Amino acid sequence: MTVTAEGPLPTTSYDVAIVGAGVVGCAIARELARHPRLRVALVEAQDDVGQGTSKANTAILHTGFDAAPGTLEARLVREGYDRLGAYAADCGIPVERVGALLVAWDEEQLAALPRLAGKAGRNGCHETSLLGPDELYAREPHLGPGALGALHVPGESIICPWTTTLAYATQAVRAGVDLHLNTKVEQTGRQDGHRLLTSRGTLHARHLVNAAGLHADTVDRLFGHEDFTVTPRRGQLLVYDKFARPLLRHILLPVPTALGKGVLVAPTVHGNVLLGPTAEDLDDKRATGSTTDGLAGLRSKGRRILPALLDEEVTAVYAGLRAATGQEDYRIAAHPEQAYVTVGGIRSTGLTASLAIAAHVVGLLAGTGLDLGPVREPEPVTVPNLGEAFPRPYQRPELIAADPEYGTLVCHCERVSRGEIRDALAGTIPPRTLEGLRRRTRARAGRCQGFYCGAAVRELFERGRAEREGATRKPTGEEAVRREVSAGERERERGQEPGGEGAVRREPSAGEPVRRRERFGRGRS
Amino acid sequence: MTNHRRVDVLVVGAGPAGLAAAARLAAAGAGHVEVLERETEAGGVPRHCAHGGFGTWTHPLTGPAHARLLTQAAVRAGAVIRTGVTVLDWAAAELPASGDAPAPGPDTVLTAVGPGGPEIIEARAVVLATGARERPRTARLVPGTRPAGVYTTGELQQAVHLFGQHIGTRAIVVGAEDVSYAAAATVRAAGAEVVALVTEHPRAQTGRARAQSARLRDRIPLLTHTTVAELLGHGRLSGVRVRRRDGRTADLACDTVVFTGDFVPDHELARRGALALDPGTRGPAVDGGLHTSRPGVFAAGNVLHAVERAGTAAAEGARVAGAVLDFLAGAPWPDPGVPLVVGAPLRWIAPNRVNPADPPARYVLRTDAPLTRPALRVHQDGRLLHRARPGLGTALPNRTLTLTARWTDQVDPKGGEVRVSVG
Repeated sequence: MTVTAEGPLPTTSYDVAIVGAGVVGCAIARELARHPRLRVALVEAQDDVGQGTSKANTAILHTGFDAAPGTLEARLVREGYDRLGAYAADCGIPVERVGALLVAWDEEQLAALPRLAGKAGRNGCHETSLLGPDELYAREPHLGPGALGALHVPGESIICPWTTTLAYATQAVRAGVDLHLNTKVEQTGRQDGHRLLTSRGTLHARHLVNAAGLHADTVDRLFGHEDFTVTPRRGQLLVYDKFARPLLRHILLPVPTALGKGVLVAPTVHGNVLLGPTAEDLDDKRATGSTTDGLAGLRSKGRRILPALLDEEVTAVYAGLRAATGQEDYRIAAHPEQAYVTVGGIRSTGLTASLAIAAHVVGLLAGTGLDLGPVREPEPVTVPNLGEAFPRPYQRPELIAADPEYGTLVCHCERVSRGEIRDALAGTIPPRTLEGLRRRTRARAGRCQGFYCGAAVRELFERGRAEREGATRKPTGEEAVRREVSAGERERERGQEPGGEGAVRREPSAGEPVRRRERFGRGRS
Repeated sequence: MTNHRRVDVLVVGAGPAGLAAAARLAAAGAGHVEVLERETEAGGVPRHCAHGGFGTWTHPLTGPAHARLLTQAAVRAGAVIRTGVTVLDWAAAELPASGDAPAPGPDTVLTAVGPGGPEIIEARAVVLATGARERPRTARLVPGTRPAGVYTTGELQQAVHLFGQHIGTRAIVVGAEDVSYAAAATVRAAGAEVVALVTEHPRAQTGRARAQSARLRDRIPLLTHTTVAELLGHGRLSGVRVRRRDGRTADLACDTVVFTGDFVPDHELARRGALALDPGTRGPAVDGGLHTSRPGVFAAGNVLHAVERAGTAAAEGARVAGAVLDFLAGAPWPDPGVPLVVGAPLRWIAPNRVNPADPPARYVLRTDAPLTRPALRVHQDGRLLHRARPGLGTALPNRTLTLTARWTDQVDPKGGEVRVSVG
């Protein structure tokens, strides 16, 4: 198992290199990992998987009811919905099949609902039904006044986007895919296959998959293709406190009209409520900041949809950039003469469609001359459950009895135990930042944002990292890329002591070490 | 595998209020008094307030020393303090009555989890002493990127004083109240520079000596009438955009920002238990005896008023013990009491229910705007009950304002809400 984040890249040639370890790139890596004869590299510019659009979206598992019928996107979303639903059940990725309501607030929107139901049918989504205001308010009693009706789409679901990407990547790496982080592709050339000039040196591969998300157009241009331009479309989102979760039962979707898509209010599998996104077309692919106007606009729209939501506290604010191309479909294209496949324009449906995109892309790769060889299904993985609809470790007496670390909560708002943090730090793809740890455990993701646990979590993180670095002697040259980051191995090294001393933080006596004496007179309590 | 147990009094939270309540209750022979603390150590917020200002005038202490003293007092009195145990929620009573002890009511059963596994704990009385915390950057809706280097004072103090972590080199402190100056001191203790204190208010909300000392001796600029408009930087914070009242903005380079003050009660258990909350404090609504709306459940400390000094919280803990003892001795649960509300610019008052027969030691209030020599009036149904000037100076936002409870006997328990206003 190989995950690297520094040092030189291996000099041997890979059969396939995938550029971009977002949800799509990781899914493709996992699909290729089913062919054990292939040597596959997953190359990521950032320091973790799922660091771009994959971490900052609305986390909905779409039925594809409103896709443009007949498009590749419509087909892959429909297929991906089933595939990911089954995969999530196998891996422990939380999914809640809450269903969606497209709420009509005016006559124009109301008139659009039957048309949308028809479109849903053409997309193979036949379970929709129209609701009158009475039934709508019976289903959603906290909905703001003035709704005229709704289209009910029962299949729409919510999912954990973080552990989905992590499950794909973990399974791929365990099955032999090399994951190279902090590796930005800067230039490409051809010489016995592809030569990728990266921030960490040259990487050779016979076939290349461009899953670079927001930067897919840039990579495409390195190959001389001008098929599309990615215009980052920023979506700001507000995550409301868990106390807001009982306010709604469904995903509340806006009715798409000529004036735009509007914002949605949706529960999350983590037990919060999302409000967003905005849709701002930008030039800057790093503009993942929120804005005063954006947040104010969302709040005013949210107040109409679910007035009581605004009385609750905001737990998190984030902004993601969607890879808009101005086209109504994905931009997936094979260039056999270049042994190259572009996977561009994967919009907000990418999470849902990821497994289907992966299967489609691997088929295209075979068409570019790649001999896939025999199939061997990779070992199943189980990801930590971050969902509230399923038992969390602190709710599992048998787990705590076997390992008391699961009963010791560190992050109180999200009820994350020391055992879960330890496990994440010892994972196949360990987090390299506190943000990475948050996406694997939810630690520090709650309403206090670290007031109580921030320093303690950082202590565990630093300690885990020091341990990891101590466990591997200073590697040199080629060894650097063959570094093992196996959880099991280290567990054995620690001498059958899961959650032993290594994971326990130092317990200072109250207030020690106090580095500075009373400088100020009367402090607050 | 769930461990069912029964205690006489269950105190949730081992901060100053909870520890003081437990000490008094155990000393008074209330039976098995148990304090559950989710942190690994008892003491609450003072554990990481490595500065003075605790204890009494005659016996001044640092926060950690105060925390130790309160913990020792509770243990010595016979209370059981269990750390690393998290109270999760309320549960239904399941144990039958045993011997002479009456079965606890259904309102005072809690579930908890710790390294020993899940527990259901039935108590005859519960004291919620869950404290308060600062609202983080997200709840304050400060826009911008999501870089590392963003703290609250609570996290900062723990990082520096409990773990000796590196925090950065240049910090902006958002706020100019007591806790903000404590945060600035912690930044300096960690070897970093305080670029500025930033407050939307026209002046610092602390003692003049403290404000002067920070400005003149430590050379920390105070930016008044200024808000944080945006956080800048990818990966690590690179700066903070501030906005003056006149709309002008400026970017201040820094790698750390500390959001101080803006306290909210940690009311999760109270809300889960459907306790009536006060709209002003957002903590449980209580009367002078610190009874909540849920029979058998009391509350004390900064969950009622975010925040007062540790000494105030501890005094309240000791005071709630008296009401708990009365209840255990058979005193009936009082009626909810008459709501006590405030008019703008007052922000909140605690306690916030009036039982004429059971006044608190005093009321504490907050104002949203500075008030020069304010006169406080107490009315019920148009009838003036009391008028007082609580102090000679200016009442400042984020600082304690007090009101005597000498007027509560004039309240008509059948009448409308009692209103405190400035005028």
